Amino acid sequence: MYIQNVSKTYRQKEVVQEVNLKLSEHKLTAFIGPNGAGKSTLLSMMSRLLEKDCGDIYISGNEITTFKSKELAKKLAILKQSNQIDLVLTVRELVSFGRFPYSQGRLTEEDHRLIEEALHYLGLDNLADRQINELSGGQLQRVYIAMILAQDTDYILLDEPLNNLDMSYAAQLMKVLRRLVDEKGKTVVIVLHDINFASSYADEIVAMKAGQVVYHDITEQVIQKPVLDELYEMNIQVCELAGKRFCLYFNE
Amino acid sequence: MKKGILLIGLMIAAVSSLFIGVHSIPITDLFHLNVQQEFILWQTRIPRTVSLMIAGATASVSGLIMQHLTQNKFVSPTTVGTMDSARLGILVTMLYFPTASILTRSVVAFIFALTGTLLFMWLLQKMSLKNPIMVPLLGIMFGNVIGSFVTFIAYKKQLIQNISTWLEGNFATVTKGDYELIYLSVPLLIVAYLYAYPLTVSGLGEDLAINLGLNYRLVQLIGMTIVALASSVTLVTVGTLPFLGIIIPNIISVYYGDQMKETLAITAVAGSLFLILCDIIARVVIFPYEVSVSLIVSILGSLIFIYLLWKGVNK
Ligand SMILES: Nc1ncnc2c1ncn2[C@@H]1O[C@H](COP(=O)(O)OP(=O)(O)O)[C@@H](O)[C@H]1O
Ligand SMILES: [Mg+2]
Repeated sequence: MYIQNVSKTYRQKEVVQEVNLKLSEHKLTAFIGPNGAGKSTLLSMMSRLLEKDCGDIYISGNEITTFKSKELAKKLAILKQSNQIDLVLTVRELVSFGRFPYSQGRLTEEDHRLIEEALHYLGLDNLADRQINELSGGQLQRVYIAMILAQDTDYILLDEPLNNLDMSYAAQLMKVLRRLVDEKGKTVVIVLHDINFASSYADEIVAMKAGQVVYHDITEQVIQKPVLDELYEMNIQVCELAGKRFCLYFNE
Repeated sequence: MKKGILLIGLMIAAVSSLFIGVHSIPITDLFHLNVQQEFILWQTRIPRTVSLMIAGATASVSGLIMQHLTQNKFVSPTTVGTMDSARLGILVTMLYFPTASILTRSVVAFIFALTGTLLFMWLLQKMSLKNPIMVPLLGIMFGNVIGSFVTFIAYKKQLIQNISTWLEGNFATVTKGDYELIYLSVPLLIVAYLYAYPLTVSGLGEDLAINLGLNYRLVQLIGMTIVALASSVTLVTVGTLPFLGIIIPNIISVYYGDQMKETLAITAVAGSLFLILCDIIARVVIFPYEVSVSLIVSILGSLIFIYLLWKGVNK
């Protein structure tokens, strides 16, 4: 996935400034950076939810604006930061929407198989027939991700999906995403709030600040005290434990 | 509540509706009706019952579609200005084409209805209201602005008598020869059924819908066109039926969920049933006279609506 000279301006404020990026295929890439850095805006442009002012974005060699809506929906899926559905649907019904690009609502055997697989992957077997408005925030978040999974795309973009999850489910979800990359060869791009999750699970990290990409490298190169201190403008301790780097970022 | 029971209920209510009225036509006489009874049956009773069934189904399905398009459960063509805009269209035909046929009137009403609905949707997008209760309130205000304008012009041009007949649904005047346009709603309901799944996807919200490869704008436009056409046709043939479009889909949603493919048919059946029952009440409550069905729909509808709102707020 290539991003070339992509910019976005809101009322004279350039929130994404001429970003150039080459995201590695079949890798888990985490986007980090302070609030308002432009991460969500960039992801929205990558998935065509938001029109870019200028620049090009290529997936599998083609510029994203050349794709038909349905074709793009089979290649790339995005889950935004907040989703509000005020509909009475069961978990299975919502996950089934993930098959819409393929079957337009007339589900085939194959669709049903992928829906059940997605439910199982996210540990939702027991909740499948529950109404989504009866679920906790974290459970609902897993349902959305199951829907994205049922969409069976090569590229999966997730904007802060861990927000509503407790630690155990957050870690579980990251493991699921790792498996998607390692076993199914998917390309996962995820915005993470907590740099420790990025440090533990990501292959590569993109650090954004004030609309620009300030670092893009393999995880070990980005999780370094000087890099993080500058990025977040605070004093961050980086320590190593069991071969992984961890960050302590409580302001003293 | 089984779907079959509603369907059987509808059939019983429809048949009863045929045999209630000032002129007694006992159901036991069905196979040896005299000339006058036969005339009444074909001339007024059947047209009335059929138009009630279609209008009830159309109003509730239109409400269901609007709710998915706006992602708000308290919205219907009577609360977002669709109906008021259609009425403005009718006023315009009265002023400028007083001899226009019922078909021409419907077409003009449709153009106004669609424009009004698009305007409301545009307002909604501009304002990005956070509180779901604000959406129907905005719609009602928007509708009232157009409605007051219509009343004002009608008053100035001394058309107030004519325009007020369009204000409330009236099935007493439905007779063979002047209601058949309402049959146009039937193919519209079928088109709505064909688009039920995409319409539900659009109800997930713009971002999720686009992510799923839906042509969001197009589906919204198709939905609004169906609603505007159906509303105009209902308006010119029988008038406005308040609340129906909100309460029926909400009640059905409690029992059968919001997957429109599953609920559209039963919403239509329930709408027909509710309207026929209201009409039967309207016909017997001060027998041998009758009150307007709109009155009964409004009384029952507003009570149920307040109950639903209250439940919605306390969720
Ligand atoms: N629709 C919008 N209108 C105006 N400004 C916006 C809009 N969306 C985002 N912004 C601004 O763009 C900047 C980047 O936002 P965002 O991409 O959400 O950042 P991040 O996801 O990194 O926290 C912020 O300053 C935000 O206020
Ligand atoms: Mg964000």
